[in-house]
Amino acid sequence: MYLTLFIVFAGLCLAGAVNLLLQRHPINSALSLIVVMTSLAVLYLLLGAEFLAAAQVIVYAGAIMVLFTFVVMLLNAGREERTLGSRAAKAVGFPAVVVMLALIATVIVKATGLHAATLSDGITSTVDLSRVLFRELLLPFEVTSVLVLVAILGAVALARSTEGERTGGK
Amino acid sequence: MIPLSWYLLLSAVLFCLGVAGFLIKRNLITVFMSIELMLNAVNLSFVTFAHQWHAVKGQIFVFFVMMVAAAEAAVGLAIIIAVFRVRQTLAVDRIDLMKL
Repeated sequence: MYLTLFIVFAGLCLAGAVNLLLQRHPINSALSLIVVMTSLAVLYLLLGAEFLAAAQVIVYAGAIMVLFTFVVMLLNAGREERTLGSRAAKAVGFPAVVVMLALIATVIVKATGLHAATLSDGITSTVDLSRVLFRELLLPFEVTSVLVLVAILGAVALARSTEGERTGGK
Repeated sequence: MIPLSWYLLLSAVLFCLGVAGFLIKRNLITVFMSIELMLNAVNLSFVTFAHQWHAVKGQIFVFFVMMVAAAEAAVGLAIIIAVFRVRQTLAVDRIDLMKL
């Protein structure tokens, strides 16, 4: 059962990621990234992280990807064109990526002492998570809220149309 | 029942696909999406190690990564909109000057 769930959702994950690379239109890439993120949420659930699974769907698949698709549609992004740069990146990038993957995979395969995951493993409840978050890590949490506030202000300041200032300057 | 190294391998493959996308893709938004894919891959290995050592703090780290990713996406997309407004293009090969 566990194996089936893992294979199905890991397969979906990989298929979505490969599709993101192969598609030439940004909106198709965005939709396949949503597939990757929702299947990752299921994998989090299999690993017993229920809060993170919910947060993954709400924050990533919900908020961030809606922002992405919104920007793709707003800017009317079309198909990307093949250029000299993309050919060079393919020629140099693919071997480098394969070497990196081989290195990481060797380290993981050689690692000892890794446990096994089963369906009967306990899940980390949101209560446990928030107990640690709000008792021991309260300061980082509050700093994050300031960070998000600064990001909102920065996004508004950057994306705001500067037409008014230009006509005012003239 | 499966060994946790499978999760780590999946995470490594996703990360490398993200790196490949970052190198190959020629669209500013798709390059940005590849960065999100890499962040997700790292999150998966965080959750796996949190499961391995029964450490709640590993999951809280993922929570913080999500928050930072949300902030990064908001600011990054705002920058993309600002660049597009000046250059009228999203191709990374055409956006090669710091000067507007």
